[in-house]
Amino acid sequence: MSDATQDAPAHPGTTQTGKTAWTKFLTATEIDTRLIGMVAALLIIWTGFHLYGVIVNDFGAFLTPRNLWNLSVQTSSIGIMACGMVLVIITRHIDLSVGSILGFCAIIMGTVQVNILPQFLGLGHPAIWIITVLVGIAMGACIGAFQGALIAYGAIPAFIVTLGGLLVWRGSAFLVARGETISPVDETFSLLGGGPYGAIGATGSWIVGLIACAAVVLLVLNGRRQRTKFRFPQHPVWADTFIAVVGCAVAIGAVLLVNSYPWPRGIVRRYTQAEGIEIPEGGLFISHGFAIPVLILLAVGIVMTVLLRRTRFGRYVFAIGGNPEAAALAGINTQWMTVKIFAIMGGLAGLSAVVASARLNSATNALGTLDELYVIAAAVIGGTSLAGGVGTVFGAILGALVMQSLQSGMVLIGFDAGMQQVVVGSVLVLAVFLDILYRRNSK
Amino acid sequence: MAKNQGTPLVDLRNISISFGGVQAVDDVSIDLYPGEVVGLLGHNGAGKSTLIKILAGAYRMDSGEIWINGEKADIKTPADARDYNIETIYQTLALADNLDAAANLFLGRELTTRLGLVDDATMESETRKIMARLNPNFQKFSVPVSALSGGQRQSVAIARAVYFDAKIVIMDEPTAALGVHETEMVAEIIKELKAQGLGIFLISHDTREMMALCDRVSVMKNGALVGTERVEDVTEDDILSMIILGKNPKREAA
Repeated sequence: MSDATQDAPAHPGTTQTGKTAWTKFLTATEIDTRLIGMVAALLIIWTGFHLYGVIVNDFGAFLTPRNLWNLSVQTSSIGIMACGMVLVIITRHIDLSVGSILGFCAIIMGTVQVNILPQFLGLGHPAIWIITVLVGIAMGACIGAFQGALIAYGAIPAFIVTLGGLLVWRGSAFLVARGETISPVDETFSLLGGGPYGAIGATGSWIVGLIACAAVVLLVLNGRRQRTKFRFPQHPVWADTFIAVVGCAVAIGAVLLVNSYPWPRGIVRRYTQAEGIEIPEGGLFISHGFAIPVLILLAVGIVMTVLLRRTRFGRYVFAIGGNPEAAALAGINTQWMTVKIFAIMGGLAGLSAVVASARLNSATNALGTLDELYVIAAAVIGGTSLAGGVGTVFGAILGALVMQSLQSGMVLIGFDAGMQQVVVGSVLVLAVFLDILYRRNSK
Repeated sequence: MAKNQGTPLVDLRNISISFGGVQAVDDVSIDLYPGEVVGLLGHNGAGKSTLIKILAGAYRMDSGEIWINGEKADIKTPADARDYNIETIYQTLALADNLDAAANLFLGRELTTRLGLVDDATMESETRKIMARLNPNFQKFSVPVSALSGGQRQSVAIARAVYFDAKIVIMDEPTAALGVHETEMVAEIIKELKAQGLGIFLISHDTREMMALCDRVSVMKNGALVGTERVEDVTEDDILSMIILGKNPKREAA
């Protein structure tokens, strides 16, 4: 299960004497040291790129609302897929084809919404984006299920099936569109990719932030209630308070951040002209607020976390990863589980294709190239063990944020493409090595 | 003996299975009565574990019949076996190392809340209750079972059989990886289950232990059944010669 809950004292207050304040803090709050490491790495990367900008370019561009907002949008596509990759890797498989599935789904969706649906529904029909999104996700899920079936029932290693898929779906994307770029996409559809109109504004963001705060507080209180009900050892009040305060602070901080990034002046001018509003003296400040793709990622993260931690399906994912034979002997249909897991992975790649092609406002057959590496790296950096049986969705999303921060940070300070690849590749290997060291020491 | 009259709990009739031309189990018939412990003995590769895995639903036999409580049973998967109240405690301790005791105990049969979500708190609470009965020293409820000792792991596996009201328990070398004290604990549990009227198939290499725990022993060699004897009718030496020579010297003489 979670490796965050080690050494929970059987009798609170009796075992703490020999421990330092730090371990006491970790034990009481049940915070994973790996999580702290990841947050620290993120802060180092962020301040590092910012200071580099300040020193070398006389302008720190990284820690600005604009860049961080863009970073959140860029993270979405990788983050959505990383949530699915966690399931795949926990069950000791791998999926190398997600980038290509993304490209193929994007092309199919482009064809559907640009070439097919307008003929029947008329251009700009409100149902177009809905049908397109459903087709994209369903297409991804079917591809995933097909690959999963080959792995489960054909007993072909996942590495080979998805390596084949990497080529097959990329090639298919090219064949379907004959290598052409399909654009522009449906107007409503393009909002799913972010941009000034594809964000929910200041008020909406505050609502999301306050709901998040309420959810954090409710979760903490519910945890305490359950522990009392079953007479399990209770957490110290200060520890639960700390968790609640940090959770709310992160939510409110995020709202303040995205609300402090205003629409560009040109967009404001066009918007006010269209709406017939006077621009007041000194300009009009319209906040972006949370981008829609970020909210999609958030929703996927919550749904996948509940799926993994609170349903039988999720329990079986961990059981298969921990001991496939034991899972089968416990009556779990491990082959059918594999098909379902890969179908979910494919469906999420389809959803990622929605975000990626909407953001680009077009579908190209090269969309998602090399994404599989970022997605796998995100999952692994986020604590998903390649040996199977261990991983969290939340960690994978943080991992995606780390990967994307590296990537866009290097673009900001002007590293060329070759250097970026060198760094990303090295970080992946380093992350796995640190993971191995961490596990060796925690045993 | 008067005790073994009536309907057997389990009646395995003429079971055969082969793997790629090797006859792993060859026309073996054994039965088990309520409140009885039947031991399976034999060299490694004699076919004991294979035979038992057929009953547990892990393998499908090529031919033969399984009768449970006088009715013909159709066991194709581990889930089928569970429906007949058959619980198996494997030699390899079929536990998922990364899950805690409660998750392992309920694996495949999780308790859920009204919303259909797994109810970890109730499962942990139930686990605490059953472990208090089986192994009162057990305290590690919130760590993965990989952090447990052999005996603690074994008690989790046994708790699984006890909790779900098994009628038939299969134990494949339950004490192989245990220390003296822990072996004692398992022996106590076997006696308790037997007193409750469960039927137990026990596989072990330790002939002395088998003589102490079992009512009858069946000896297998090269996939075939050498014979089944009541433990009071034979000596340890008789059993050993059945295992090694594949025949019972006393029967031969008589």
